[in-house]
Amino acid sequence: MNQTLFAQALLNPDAPLPPGLVDPEGRPAPKRFSVYRNTVASSLTRVLEAGFPTVRALVGDQFFAAMALIFLRSHPPRSRMLMLYGQEFPAFLAGFPPVAHLGYLADVARLELALRESYHAADSAPLPEAEFQRLLGADIAGLRLILAPALRLVRSAWPVVSIWEAHQPGGVPHLRAAAEAALILRPEFDPHPHRLPAGGAEFISGLLAGQTLGESLELAGAPTDLAAVLGLLISGRAIIGVSE
Amino acid sequence: MLDQTLNGLPAKPGVGYKPQHFAAIMADPGPVGWLEVHAENYMGAGGRPLAQLRHLAERFPISVHGVGLSIGGEGALDRDHLDRLKQLCDWLNPASFSEHLAWSTHDGAFLNDLLPLPYTPATLVRVCDHIDQVQDRLGRRMLLENPSTYIAFAETAMEEVAFLGEIARRTGCGLLLDVNNVHVSGTNQNYDPAAYLDAFPLHLVGEIHLGGHDEDQDDQGRRLLIDSHGTEVLDPVWALYAGVIRKAGPCPTLIEWDNDVPDWPVLAAEAARAARLLEPVA
Repeated sequence: MNQTLFAQALLNPDAPLPPGLVDPEGRPAPKRFSVYRNTVASSLTRVLEAGFPTVRALVGDQFFAAMALIFLRSHPPRSRMLMLYGQEFPAFLAGFPPVAHLGYLADVARLELALRESYHAADSAPLPEAEFQRLLGADIAGLRLILAPALRLVRSAWPVVSIWEAHQPGGVPHLRAAAEAALILRPEFDPHPHRLPAGGAEFISGLLAGQTLGESLELAGAPTDLAAVLGLLISGRAIIGVSE
Repeated sequence: MLDQTLNGLPAKPGVGYKPQHFAAIMADPGPVGWLEVHAENYMGAGGRPLAQLRHLAERFPISVHGVGLSIGGEGALDRDHLDRLKQLCDWLNPASFSEHLAWSTHDGAFLNDLLPLPYTPATLVRVCDHIDQVQDRLGRRMLLENPSTYIAFAETAMEEVAFLGEIARRTGCGLLLDVNNVHVSGTNQNYDPAAYLDAFPLHLVGEIHLGGHDEDQDDQGRRLLIDSHGTEVLDPVWALYAGVIRKAGPCPTLIEWDNDVPDWPVLAAEAARAARLLEPVA
């Protein structure tokens, strides 16, 4: 038996069955082999369903299952850590003709992937209150903030946060035709996407790139609601250190 | 007598841990004396999964059960994955580590299933080599689990029990006896599960698995059992298990329920049924 042929036949239903696979009496057994093919497809489909619930809600269960099958056969996991499976799913959606009319779908998938990454990211402790107080007396424009490893930024030309919120339990659709940027924060164990005000995404990008507060604010441009963004970072326990 | 030196798991029922049962287990574990986790679910950097596991490990012996090493694979073991496994075992110091006589990765693609291999002199050498590497890297003895299978290989030259026994002899590993898998494979491969168990080297068993299965039909319209882990343990499996315990004495026994996971009381009731079978011989 050759595992290359076995693996190919698992992922490609049109591939011939590997030779030498038989039933106990030595007869060919394609239906028996299909148990493995079905298990691979159904188990990985369940991983994608659990990882992209909003995408699934947007396209419907049956459509999602059919699309997941095409994806998993062309993009089987490259790691045994399935908690992060689906890294290529947003790009796949962006190039999948049957969903070409749902321009926001790939960005919703990116948001869900980022939420999952945040869920499994390293723990961290926020900067102590006393340290904050001490820093307020210094030149804060020159400070560089060290942000929590669970923080994620997802920028989109679509209202991704509003779409995501509308599909949460009890969520009410109130969609706006506006670009949105999501700041994902995980104060303890549950990551949550927050809608950033104008300029907020540029500001956070600056901080993530190691720019000072002053430089990041400049990147954000004028009327950025700095107090709101810093308030989110503090309440989300996302500032874990500073370097001066 | 079962080999109790293989690991530190108590000869009690355990269950496959599911996060939705965390509060119930911490409040009242009932008959459950230990927990098993799938290694790959705890290889993240942090967050709730590792925090829960830390709490559970303070109260319960933990069995780490790998599903992704691909010990039966044609290719080399994935060094990065083995390193992550070592990191997890070093942090947790589990009472037991076990993996499967199966393969799941080929050419970098992880297929997320426990795939079968033929039993030949060549595959025996390869599996033993991989187990040597795992035991060397982890610095601990591992248990190897008998698989559930749906197809046979024309080239198979050894009985499964003899194959497992020879692996244990060459590598020094112990065995994990999945009684549901014996029932499933016996039905599917047309052999008597009771005879398989009579031949099984029970003195090498460090842990027993019990789980549910579904039923389908093969190409000839005959019964084909599917190892689904989505129901209660069925009566024929309980009967085989009772026979094993009568013969070998009490052994750490896991209830596996991975799909359509029930509420805690249902799972605890399954563990209680195993406890009743363990008690008279304890």
